[in-house]
Amino acid sequence: MIELSPSLIAAIRGEGEKSYPDECCGFLLGSERAVKELVPVINAREDGERYHRFRIEPDEFMRTELAARKKKLDIVGFYHSHPDHPAAPSEYDREHALPCYSYIIVAVEKGRACKMTSWLLAESRSEFTEEKIV
Amino acid sequence: MAITILIPTALRAFTDGKAEVEAAGGTVGGVIADFAARYPDIRRHLYDENGALRSFINIYAGDTNIKSLNGLNTAVKDGDALMLVPAIAGGSRRC
Repeated sequence: MIELSPSLIAAIRGEGEKSYPDECCGFLLGSERAVKELVPVINAREDGERYHRFRIEPDEFMRTELAARKKKLDIVGFYHSHPDHPAAPSEYDREHALPCYSYIIVAVEKGRACKMTSWLLAESRSEFTEEKIV
Repeated sequence: MAITILIPTALRAFTDGKAEVEAAGGTVGGVIADFAARYPDIRRHLYDENGALRSFINIYAGDTNIKSLNGLNTAVKDGDALMLVPAIAGGSRRC
C-alpha cells in the first residue's frame, strides 16, 4: 500500500499528459509508505527512445537524495508513464528496478492519462507485486 | 579514517535500517570494501560475481561521481562523505 493524495495523483497524471508521446519520470519523496511530494525530472534517454524508455541521471538522484534528507524525507519510489501502453511493468522495468521502492506507472492513451498502478519488486528480483494506492 | 556513507532507501534493509554508516579506508574502493565487510549482506548488491562494482551502482564523493575522479582509487580523508547512487531506468514494452 502506498499513500498518495488526490493532488499528487493529479500531478502525476498531468506529468504523463505533458510528456506524451514520450515517457515522463520523477521521484516520490515521503516517509514510510506515504508520498509527500513529487520531483519531476527530465527523461535522460536520447531522442527517439523516450517514447518507451526513461532514465534518471545519477546526478539528479544525488541532488534529490540530499535535498530530501534536508527535509527529513526519503526517496520512497519513482513514477513514470507508459504512453499508449498499459500501466503494467515491463520486463525492462523489472530488470532495472530495486526492491523497497514503489514504482508508479500511469498509462497515457492518445494523450489522456488513464489507469495508474503502483508496484514493488520482490527481494528475489523475480517479479513485481502490485500495491494499492490509497 | 572515518568516512560517512549515505545509504539510499533501497539498500537500508542491509544496514539495519541506517540512512548513514561509517567505514574506514584511504580510497573509495577501500572504504566500500570495509563497508561491505561490516554489512556482508550488501555485498551481492554492490559487487558482481567477478568482484567488480555493479554497473547500476554509482558512488559519489561529496557531489562528484567518482567516474569523473579517479574511480575506486579516488583518495578520501577523514570526515569525507560518500553516497551510493543506484541507476534508475525503465519503460514500456512498446517497440
